[in-house]
Order: sequence, then structure tokens, then C-alpha cells
Amino acid sequence: MSGARQPLPSWALNVLMPAMNVLLALFVGGLAVALIGENPIEAMRVLAYGAFGSGYGLGFTLHYATSLTFTGLAVAVAYHSGLFNIGGEGQAYVAGLGAIMMALWLDQTHWVFVLVGSIVGAMTLGALWAAIPGYLQAKRGSHIVITTIMFNFIASAFMSYMLAQVITNPGANAETRTIAETGRIPLLSEYFEFFKHSPVNIMLIFGILALIGVYILLWRTKLGFKIRTLGQNPEAARYAGISAVSIIVIAMAISGALAGMMAVNEAVSVQKRLVVGYVQGFGFIGIAVAFMGRAHPVGIVLAAILFGALYQGGVELAFVMPAVPSELVLVIQALVILFSGAMDEMFKPVLERVFGAFRSKPRTDDSTATEEA
Amino acid sequence: MVENQTQTAQQPSQAAESISAIDLKGVSKSFGPVQANKDINLTVKRNSIHGIVGENGAGKSTLMSILYGFYTADAGEIFVHGAKVKIKDSSHALDLGIGMVHQHFMLVENFTVLENVILGAEGDHLLASSKAAAREELTRLANDYGLDVDPDAIIEDLSVGQEQRVEILKALYRGADVLILDEPTGVLTPTEADQLFRILEQLRDEGKTIILITHKLREIMAITDTVSVMRRGTMVGTVATKDTSPDQLAEMMVGRRVLLQVEKTESKPGDKVLEVENLSVTDDIGVPRVKNVSLDVRAGEIVGIAGVAGNGQSQLLEAISGMFPPLLGEVRINGKKIEFSGAGVADEVRRMGLAHVPEDRHKMGLVTTFEEWENSMLGYEDDPKFGDGPILSVSNARADAQKRIEMFDIRPQNPRLKTANFSGGNQQKIVLAREMDRDLDILIVGQPTRGVDIGAIEFIHKQIIELRDQGKAVLLVSVELDEVRALSDRVLVMFDGEIVTELPPTASEKEFGLAMAGLDPAQQ
Repeated sequence: MSGARQPLPSWALNVLMPAMNVLLALFVGGLAVALIGENPIEAMRVLAYGAFGSGYGLGFTLHYATSLTFTGLAVAVAYHSGLFNIGGEGQAYVAGLGAIMMALWLDQTHWVFVLVGSIVGAMTLGALWAAIPGYLQAKRGSHIVITTIMFNFIASAFMSYMLAQVITNPGANAETRTIAETGRIPLLSEYFEFFKHSPVNIMLIFGILALIGVYILLWRTKLGFKIRTLGQNPEAARYAGISAVSIIVIAMAISGALAGMMAVNEAVSVQKRLVVGYVQGFGFIGIAVAFMGRAHPVGIVLAAILFGALYQGGVELAFVMPAVPSELVLVIQALVILFSGAMDEMFKPVLERVFGAFRSKPRTDDSTATEEA
Repeated sequence: MVENQTQTAQQPSQAAESISAIDLKGVSKSFGPVQANKDINLTVKRNSIHGIVGENGAGKSTLMSILYGFYTADAGEIFVHGAKVKIKDSSHALDLGIGMVHQHFMLVENFTVLENVILGAEGDHLLASSKAAAREELTRLANDYGLDVDPDAIIEDLSVGQEQRVEILKALYRGADVLILDEPTGVLTPTEADQLFRILEQLRDEGKTIILITHKLREIMAITDTVSVMRRGTMVGTVATKDTSPDQLAEMMVGRRVLLQVEKTESKPGDKVLEVENLSVTDDIGVPRVKNVSLDVRAGEIVGIAGVAGNGQSQLLEAISGMFPPLLGEVRINGKKIEFSGAGVADEVRRMGLAHVPEDRHKMGLVTTFEEWENSMLGYEDDPKFGDGPILSVSNARADAQKRIEMFDIRPQNPRLKTANFSGGNQQKIVLAREMDRDLDILIVGQPTRGVDIGAIEFIHKQIIELRDQGKAVLLVSVELDEVRALSDRVLVMFDGEIVTELPPTASEKEFGLAMAGLDPAQQ
């Protein structure tokens, strides 16, 4: 209620604020490290070095970032249509089935066919799995948050059954057989020595394409305009003659298809088989990525790299500094999610005051005067 | 000529007290780069009805929000009954005896009158005792001020006028002796408005002070003792009502001469463009809103629908524009029947030549978070001129928006600006530019000038008349009776979902008043 506040310029809102949140999270994480008697500066150095210091580390970081780009974009697309899709986890999991089935079917041909086939398979099943809650929301009014959560559980149970009973590898424990040598999608390290044996693979390029594609979809197509209209003002969408039912189903299908792409990056390209619970929470971290990235591709790519780096650097930290328990690494990741997701706007009032103090005197401008007070 | 003129207001009737009820000195308030109030001085005499007029965005509401503790002023001093105060919040304002009746009522619909009155002032952990005390107090207030409301009635069963009385009672119950009313007649029939004025006069005579915010000059002339005019955040002047005229006030508000009368020629009606036959609409929860309505609109005429808000006008507009399927009946445009099935009916209706300016531009007509150019194509985004196939041609859309901006003089002239940053009048012009500059046969327009300043009202009215003169059909719905009468060639009066009667725009206000209350003047 102080008069000195100023609305923030977009760079402060979209760059400065998230950066401050991350720094604060790392600071608090550092305190936790200090509390157990380790050197926090050293821990942060190890974390950063582990994530970016070598081609090997960078390869892991980029690989994780690729998965998070897909799940983050998935959340963002749904978010622009006004829906909170928190079922990325289940969508990516079920999509794994489509991906691996296509891969196993085509693995005697050539990896290009495996790549294309598994992308198609993953996107189809991911889209389908997300479109069902979308349809239920649009037609029956079942709340998308509830249904997508429930669909995560259904996915989990369904996939356990499939992997244990249906497409299982008899010798192993609840997983499919491994993709044959001929059909294995190459890792980037096969072309660039720099990446050593890290898992970053061709899907990195598809991740970049997805970022560009989502930008074009949302801001350069008529469908995207309709999606955003519905998300920003459903009444205006109704007025404009936009069918909420079809837009919701389409947006959710696109969202699920994007989440599904993770399966090709992780299961098909790297693990080369589908194992139980392969998603490992990446669908959920995608929510944090989308929000921290302000549901915009540019923000999402930065947030995905940050979380990818935390994931990889955390593994490194637990390895190099054994005194730091792996749970503490999780704590640091959680702090980033907490500060940049849940407590995202914490610095906003402070920044508004700071900007207010440095801004020139207000001018009278009747052309922009609004009085809705 | 009236610039900065501050006459001493004539002291009303009896109480000749030297201390004023409210004194504002040099009050300023800005929101970001926008200065909503600039160095405002205002003196409100005790026992008077003080009107504050000004266009939208002139800063009236901001000023009153400062007085009621919603905002803190950046600079300036506030005196209440001569004592300097710093109003912290609305409960502090109430403690100081300042009460506010908002434009949109703040009542709990499924509570009784009594429960609403004590809400926030329960006093005790157990309701029974405060309820009993409140009942007594309500009876006293009702007797003193002629504010009759059944304390046990449920709010949702009350008429709008009665709900407003509850709001006034609420303020009085908390001990308000300065009462601020924000646009109180917007939702009332002329008869209810008269009743309200009588109550206000009685309150004044019993020693209360009333501040009335309005944009209706007629009300100012009818009821206030003193009137202050605001323009663009500044106080232009305060005059005694008996020494001024509506034309002078309008000039003070706008800063130039304004045509309060709409000039138009005789209409030349052509073929029927819109035909509505036995249309009935029930809303989502099954309440009948439109009951067996039939009407025609011909090319080259403006048909107005008068009525108090909430009598089915909104639902009628939604049904005709294809936004909401009717229960029964038929709508034809140029003889072609609208098929109310499936999604995207509104889109189909647009293609049939109907343009729709919705009643509520914020809720419906615009996506305020979008840039202007995006709103400039809302509803028409599938038009090939905005790009081939699925691709959106941003450059074409922006060029098109720029063209409309110039044609309708929308300011600022920047299609990349966020729509929320345009003023109310300019936002309405964005909608009008989008809907009117089309190859259309019929325009249906709801509340074309709600929340729009006088200068823009003049422009909008001229555009609507011009459209008619080009031989287009216009169906106009407005709760502003003056507007309906000024623009329409024929007026239909709607009450409780039905068309009660058709009146010529020249019919007397009394006739309209009766019809709007559901009585056919022909039978009186």
C-alpha cells in the first residue's frame, strides 16, 4: 500500500527475480552444508564443476535438461490454455510404452527408423493419455488437477502390469528386452569426443526444435491464439466462438505428446529398454521448470538447464564430498523448487520498492489513465 | 471560463456549522506513471449532499478510496470534522464515521438482512446477543430514515433497490455519519432512484452528510446541494448546484463544449434483417431468463431495448449472437435461420453478417492481458487476411489493428500496448472498431458507453448513428434510459425476461418508468 512502488519492467520480473530466487536457494542450501560441518563454498564449486566443468558432466546436464525441456514445455502449453497439467509424469511413463514398442518393432532396420518410430509412438500415447483428462474436464467438468494426478497412479499401475506381465523380458525384472545393436540411437559422444560417454543424444536437437515449435504454435498460429485466448479469458473465448471443448482436448494432447518425448530421450536412446518407473520425477520437476521459465520457451530452456545442472552436479557432489549425504543434495534441489516455484514472488514487493525509489517522478498521462479502483 | 473557479457553496438549510465534515488538502496519489489524483482540495459541508462528477478516469473513485482507507495518499492532509487524521484502512474510516456504499454490493447472498448488517461488527462470540441488539437498532434506523427492510429476509430474495438499502443500513449501523455512495443509481429503475433520493434527503435532514459519486448530471441537478467536478486527476471546481447547469458541468468535466443531445435524422427502415421469434432462454441452472420474446430489426433502424439491468437483456444478446443456445424459438438473419447446435455457433453467426459489441468488455469483449492488435482480431482470427491456413500473420494483424486505431482514434496509437493499459473509453473503441468496421448487416450492441467518458460517448453515438444511416440494422441494449431514448428509432422495454411494450423514444419518462417496472403504461 505504499505509494513508492513501481510495476516491474519485464527484465526484472523475468530475469532478475528468478536469478535472485536461485541465489537465495543456493545460499540457504549452503547454510545447510555448513551446518553439517562442510565447506559450503567448496560444495557449490563441486556442484558447478560437476555440472559444467567437463564434457562428460556437461553431457549429463544437457541430457537431463532435454528431458526437462519436454516435460516443462508440456506444462507450459497446457498452462497457456488455462489448465494445470500435473500429469506429465504419467504421460511420459505411458508414452514410454509407445516409444519402446515401436523401437523394439523396428530395431532390426536402422536407428533412423527407430528414432522416427519411437517419437511417433511416444507422442501418440502421451497425447492420448493427456487427452482423456482433457476431455473429462471439457465435457464433464472433472477438474484437471485431480484427474491428471489420478492418471499418474493409473499409469503407474498399468505400466507395472505391462512391464511385469505383457512386454516383459523373461530373464529380467519388470523391464522390456534391450533394443538391438542395429537400432540404437547414437549418443552425441559418438560424433563429438568432447562429451565422453555421457548420455546426451540426438534428442537434444529435438528438444531445441520443440522449444521453437512451441513458440511458433503459441504466438504464430491461429490455434495458439485460440489456446491463449481461452487460457486468459474463457468468457472472451466463448464470445469469439472458440470451442472450449476442442481447444482443451487439443492443448492437452499437445501437452501429453511433449511430455511423451521424454521417453525417447531417456528410455529409448539411453537405457535402450523400458524399466519400471523410468521417469523418476522428471514429469514433476517439469512443473517447476515451466513456472520458473514463465511458461515461455526461452525461460524454459534456461530453467531446464538449471535443474539439469542441479541434478548432475548433485550426483557429483555426493560422489566427491561423501560427508555430504545424498539427501542434502535433494534438499538443495528442493530449495530451488521452493524459492523459484512456490515462493516465486517473494522478492516482488521489495523490488517494486527499490525500483520505485530509483524511478523518476510520476508523470500525468491521461492516455494511459485507468481507474478501476 | 469555469477553469479553477471555486465558489463558496451555499449552506444548506438549517445547520450552519463552521466546521466541515470532510476536508481534503493537497491530496495526491499516483499508480506507477499514472497520477490519479493531483493536489486535490475538497471541502464537504456537514448536513449536505455533495456530488462529485467527472469522467471515467478522472480520479473520483481513487479519491473516495483514499477517504475510505483503501489507498494511502502519497501527499496531502485529510481532516474529518476538523481533526487531522491518517486513515489506515476501511475499519479505521468506519471508526471515524465514514461509511461507503459500493457500486457493486458487498452482501452475502444467502444471509439474512440482519446477518449482513452485523457482519464484521458481530461484537460477541455468540451471535444471539448482537443479533438482538442489531434488530433493535435496525428498527430505530428504519423509523428514523424511512429505510424499511425486513430484517429476516434473505438477501437474494430482495430487489436491487432493497439490497442497496441494506448497504446503507450497514453503514449507518456502524455509526457512519458521512456516507459515500458510488454510482448508486446504475442498477435502479427511475422509480427506485427517486426513492433512494428521498432517503438521501431524509438522511441529510437528520444530520448526515452524503457524498454522491455519479456521472449522471441529471441526478446531480436533482439532489445535490453542492457539486465538485474532477477532470484528469485534478479538481476543476466546486459550485453550488443551484448556480449551475448540466451544460456548464459537462463543459467543466470535459474541458470543452459537449453535445449532450444526439443529432439524427428520421430513419428509413428497409427489409427485416434480424428476426427473433418466440425466443426463450433458460440459464445454466435452469432459471428462465428470456420468455417468449419476438422482435424484428430492419435495415436502417436502431431498435433499443430499455430495462433495468438483470431483466434478461444479457441472455437475449447471448442467444442472438450464438453464444448460448436458446431453449425454444428461432433467430433469423437475412431470412437465414441460425442453427444452434454444436460448438462455434458464435463464429458461424459472425459469418452470417452479425457483429456483436458485448455488454461487458472486460469479461467478454477483450482479453485485457493481450496486446491491442490481438484484441483487434478476436473472434475474426480465422479470417484469411490474418494469414493463410493455420499460420497467423502477425504483420498483417498489426497493420490491420493500426488501421483501425487511426479510424477510431484509439489512443495511445500503439497496437503493441497491453490492452489493460488503455482507458475505458479507448478499450470500448477497440471493441467497436473491431466489430463495426466489417462487412456487417446487423450490429448488436450492449451498454455501448458503460464506463466511457463523455467525449468518447459522443464519438460512439455518432458512429452508431452513422452505421444506421449506411442502411445497417442496429439492436441496442442499454440500462441508460437516456441513451436508449436518444439513439433508438423504436424502443422495446424488457422486464423479467419479457418484452413488456414498445414505446416511441419520445414517450415520457413516467411511461418508461412504469414499463421498466413491469407495468404496461397502456393499461394504467
